[in-house]
Amino acid sequence: MSYVLRKLGFYAVALWAAVTLNFLIPRLLPGNPVDIMLAKLQQRGGTVTPETREAYAALLGGDSTDSLLTQYGTYLNNLLHGDLGVSVTYFPTPVTEVIGTSMPWTVVLVGIATVLAATIGVLLGAFVGWRPGTWLDSLVPMTTLLAAVPYFWLALVLVYLLSRVLGWFPSQGGYDVVLDPGWSPEFIASAIEYGFVPALTIVIASIGGWLLGMRNMMVSTLSEDYVLTARAKGLPQGQILRNYAARNAVLPSIAGFAISLGFVVSGSVVTEQVFSYPGIGSRLLAAVTNNDYALMQGVFLFITLAVLGANLVVDLLYGLIDPRTRAKA
Amino acid sequence: MTNIGPDVQVAAGTVATTPPTDPPEPAADVPGAPAGRPRAAWRMLLPSMTPWLATGLVLVAVIVVFGVVGPYLVGDPDAISDTGLSGPSAEHWLGTTQTGQDVLAQLAHATRGSLQIGLMVGVLATVLSAFFGIYGAYLGGFADEAFSLLSNVFLVIPGLPLVIVISGFVPRESRGLWTIAVVLALTSWAASARVLRAQTLSVRSRDYVAASRLSGEKPWRVIGVEILPNLLPVLASQFVYAVIAAILGEAGLSFLGLGASNSSTLGTMLFYAQNGFALPLGAWWWFVPPGLVIALFGMGLSLINFSIDEIINPRLKNARTARRRAKAARRRERRSATGTDGTAGTASTAQEVAR
Repeated sequence: MSYVLRKLGFYAVALWAAVTLNFLIPRLLPGNPVDIMLAKLQQRGGTVTPETREAYAALLGGDSTDSLLTQYGTYLNNLLHGDLGVSVTYFPTPVTEVIGTSMPWTVVLVGIATVLAATIGVLLGAFVGWRPGTWLDSLVPMTTLLAAVPYFWLALVLVYLLSRVLGWFPSQGGYDVVLDPGWSPEFIASAIEYGFVPALTIVIASIGGWLLGMRNMMVSTLSEDYVLTARAKGLPQGQILRNYAARNAVLPSIAGFAISLGFVVSGSVVTEQVFSYPGIGSRLLAAVTNNDYALMQGVFLFITLAVLGANLVVDLLYGLIDPRTRAKA
Repeated sequence: MTNIGPDVQVAAGTVATTPPTDPPEPAADVPGAPAGRPRAAWRMLLPSMTPWLATGLVLVAVIVVFGVVGPYLVGDPDAISDTGLSGPSAEHWLGTTQTGQDVLAQLAHATRGSLQIGLMVGVLATVLSAFFGIYGAYLGGFADEAFSLLSNVFLVIPGLPLVIVISGFVPRESRGLWTIAVVLALTSWAASARVLRAQTLSVRSRDYVAASRLSGEKPWRVIGVEILPNLLPVLASQFVYAVIAAILGEAGLSFLGLGASNSSTLGTMLFYAQNGFALPLGAWWWFVPPGLVIALFGMGLSLINFSIDEIINPRLKNARTARRRAKAARRRERRSATGTDGTAGTASTAQEVAR
């Protein structure tokens, strides 16, 4: 129980740190975001009333006479009421709505791709580590090449090969624009067709890390005494592999999920740009190019929230699989 | 028989641990290895030469030389000509861009830019992680808790989105090379700090460190003289990872058009390729080389890191050397069974086929 509480406490602190970073960044960096944003807003035909100005100032700082602490209070209060301001890029849609429509695309894409990559990578790693010294070991240097490939470059190459040369998959967008977004079978089929190459990119680029980590842990675990004991008892090889070696070797991979997920999310943000995928990464970039600071902050907050949530779930699961973490608390 | 290097190194390792008068067992396998020469203990800290390490060193060396010397040998990367978007030819080895600039010339200059930022961020991030990881763990107590919490928080906050947001707020004109380097370093030190902290905690409780503290040595001396030498392999591997991460991160940032202004890196090359419609026009020679350089450089550094990992985690090395010894033993057995050297070769191929 105290393990769960400790984890919850940690993620509360992490969330607070992210929110505070979000508050401090526009205030500590040079430039006057409020003026730039309001100028953009006027270009798009929005009316700038003193209230709009005040609302953006609460979000981004600037020409406020209040102390930093009061500003912080106003900011947190707005955040609690789900008020992230109005997007300039997609004027007059509120930021929360823009994020709401784009978030599912990224969550599903990154989620499925990460689970696939982790499963395949860990399984392959277990087999490669189980038989060190065979031809399988020559696979390992190739995975470092995959791990060092920039996501977006791999995306470019895959689009070139699969879409342009072979013409198997569409190269741009997240679904056939003729269809209406919804739960109809045609739409889902089209979403899968359009999402295949982005997902493939993420799987190929992130599988190397999982494979390598698992392989190294397998090699270490195989020299443990309990594996030797299991062998001495004459247990079947498959049982030793599954129940003795792989089970223990996989733990650091799960514990390292936080780092991996951070990399995958970072990579997929840039990858979405290549595919013009309607996910949160494209929104973030649209926000940056249009000086849409409110949307930028909102997107960052939601990405962080999603990553923290996923990590919390994995950490709680880890407590279930590895009793030692609970005992230590 | 292709890798004579590792066997020599194995012999070196054995000599360092056994009295030098004993002829080491594996050395019998390598006729060229001098058996009795004394070797320094620090040789144990150096990675043993494997084909992988050699590949890594060659890859890194070639790319570094290309980035350092290349820009002097190629022409002006910005010079435009009327041969736009032509494929690789004798005149332009890697073809030309849309405005007829030589891709090879651009690649040389861009490689230099990427290496530069990789080095800058690598050093900055390693210093930061050493401070938070080693110093925190050395102090212990509240400082350790605080530093550890800080690095864990930075670890779970996704790095690149944060960098994008920060770069978005900094006006374009004040977005220099150092700004980007500092931002990348600030968002990438956390994972290394955690690794270093774990290692420091295990070193810190050893007797000689306690003796040094009790005898009243200053903290910087205890850390610098007693603890740091034990962490050198870990620091080296974390530095290598930091360089890879920095080059990848900068490439992503520049690809989005958020990199340092007036800089030329592999990421900016890809940015111009993407915005110059290299993909729809099928100009693969424009966008494939920059990414390939990044991937190969990263691969080279990772292969070097494998060898460093074997120093940190000797079990990885033991698994490899044990295999080699077993192979050598089998070979000797066969040799004594068949009698002559001439038939040994056919016997081993027969064994290979049977396997």
